Amino acid sequence: MADEKTADEQHSEGSEANARMQELLKFTKIKPKAVELTGKIKVPDLKPNSMLEVKPQLLTVKEMLEHLGYPADGLVPNWKEVFLKKMDEILKKYRSVRLYMDICVKCGACVDKCHYFLGTGDPLNMPVARQELMRKVYRRYFTLPGKLFGSRFVNGADLSEELLVMWYTYYYQCSECRRCSVFCPYGIDTAEITMAAREILNSVGLVQKYMHEIIFKAQTIGNNLGMQSSAIVNALEFVQDDLQEQLEMDDIRIPVDEVGADVLFVTPSADFFASPHIESLYGYAKVFHQAGISWTMSTHASEGGNFGLFIHNYEHMKKINKRIWEAARDLKVKRVVGGECGHMWRVLCNYSNTMWGPFDYLDPNYKRPQHICELTLDLLKRGALKIDKSANEEFTVTMHDSCQVSRAMEMGGMPDGQYEIPRAVIRGVCHKFVDMPAETIRERTFCCGAGQGLLGDDMLPTRVKGAMPRMQAYYRAKQESGVNFVALICAICKAQLSKMFPTYGLPMEEVGGVHQLVGRAIVLGAKEGV
Amino acid sequence: MRTIECAGKKIELDEDGYLTNLNDWSDDVAKLLSKEDNLDLTDAHWEVINFLRSYYQQYQIAPMIKILVKEIKKTMGADKGNTKYLYQLFPDGPAKQACRYAGLPKPTGCV
Repeated sequence: MADEKTADEQHSEGSEANARMQELLKFTKIKPKAVELTGKIKVPDLKPNSMLEVKPQLLTVKEMLEHLGYPADGLVPNWKEVFLKKMDEILKKYRSVRLYMDICVKCGACVDKCHYFLGTGDPLNMPVARQELMRKVYRRYFTLPGKLFGSRFVNGADLSEELLVMWYTYYYQCSECRRCSVFCPYGIDTAEITMAAREILNSVGLVQKYMHEIIFKAQTIGNNLGMQSSAIVNALEFVQDDLQEQLEMDDIRIPVDEVGADVLFVTPSADFFASPHIESLYGYAKVFHQAGISWTMSTHASEGGNFGLFIHNYEHMKKINKRIWEAARDLKVKRVVGGECGHMWRVLCNYSNTMWGPFDYLDPNYKRPQHICELTLDLLKRGALKIDKSANEEFTVTMHDSCQVSRAMEMGGMPDGQYEIPRAVIRGVCHKFVDMPAETIRERTFCCGAGQGLLGDDMLPTRVKGAMPRMQAYYRAKQESGVNFVALICAICKAQLSKMFPTYGLPMEEVGGVHQLVGRAIVLGAKEGV
Repeated sequence: MRTIECAGKKIELDEDGYLTNLNDWSDDVAKLLSKEDNLDLTDAHWEVINFLRSYYQQYQIAPMIKILVKEIKKTMGADKGNTKYLYQLFPDGPAKQACRYAGLPKPTGCV
């Protein structure tokens, strides 16, 4: 028993390890650099370890960490034990993750499909290499040969602080966009592996700041921005006044917390704060007004986004999602409609029912939420909106498919609805629409470079490099077809691309929402059809 | 995290250069922060900073850019009431750079 360490000894070793870890993960500001736009996406030369320095900031605010149920003092003293316990729990809970650990045959189909690999050349950004970071631990600790004969026998990895650093670095250079999984013959979903890895890192006390600060705000205040009700009301009143003034109409409204409205409209809080997001809010309001739909927004459900998905933590996701269903019940609405937000649509449409359903208090015709593009297209088809396409004459529009909508969802209950519906809306309000190259859109779309918790300024070097394929594809469409506007249905993509465009030498005004275009083209007042 | 010294007082900044403690703010702090970016604060900058601060005091968040644009239009004239002008004043973006000088916390979310 002489070898057994006392609790004190263990604790002091633990705090040493924590201090080392804080040092290893210390945030360093790196100036991002954009490549020149040529319109071509080339497979880069390998640059091993070139992205090893780029790490996101750690969350250190105790109050937030405690609220979220994560260790509040950095790396826990018995981290190896906690790590393996959490990994075991995840492998048992998500059989998909266990399957992905077992079935990869290293065929290499995924290696040049990741935008972060294409942008950085760092071999650890190849999806298979990213997965291997977890697979090495899996083989060592969760397979019989690994348990019996150790890591060398199974090409595994023993838990070490260096390994934690690699995990924290490269699982935060994945935007869980799932492009690689489209090309994987086995359909291995790197996103699920990344989500699991992040949750394991959280459990040992390495919690990324950007994403978790937002989860905290969404749970405690009600939205990602941390806007209090009074600020939301002020912002929405401003938009309403502005609309009334612009249009010289005093009956166009942005209703807030109105009991008995037919539609509860939820959208990312960025839509009533940031640019170009806010332009789509003008569009939504015009659509509802012109169609004569009674609608309301809610200060309680003031966020559509749900960052709990990014770590696949059901508890967090459920807490955030709950506000929408509470608001729907309290406001006695008949249906729920979601605005332009990528992952919101995934959580709202795919997961809601298993979290807080069944929604027997909604209109049985609308048992699941509708996407605003579905609603608008339906109105366009029925002739309920009078459109003047010439209002968008200055634009040749293309569409960036956002990853969560494109690869994790459907829309409108029809095959390819998630691609066709937004495009049909754009074509319905613009004369000129051109798609970007086929290998960069629809199910093969490239991520904007900042999805799933990587939108913080601390991640700018990763964001700039990861945006490269999308930027090149856009540039090609610009050269070949004179495209000068990219329409989107995701708040993260809007924020990222409107920052990346000037970084790559293009005007930020070329980025905007689908409903920004809709809003410009609707002719209000003159009602025909319905 | 780092500290700057302003009028003999040590002031803590977070990793992105925002004040850790919002009460530490003073005109001199704003001047010092802008100086680090080689930017001289003109009356126009102060107009923005002061408006951001008064809005924040009321709503605990920065105003959306359209509200800011409208306010600037009101106080400084129609030719200046646009986003472009605000970007000229604050090249890193009014939402982030101006908030930082005004001692407001950094906006979070999909912005």
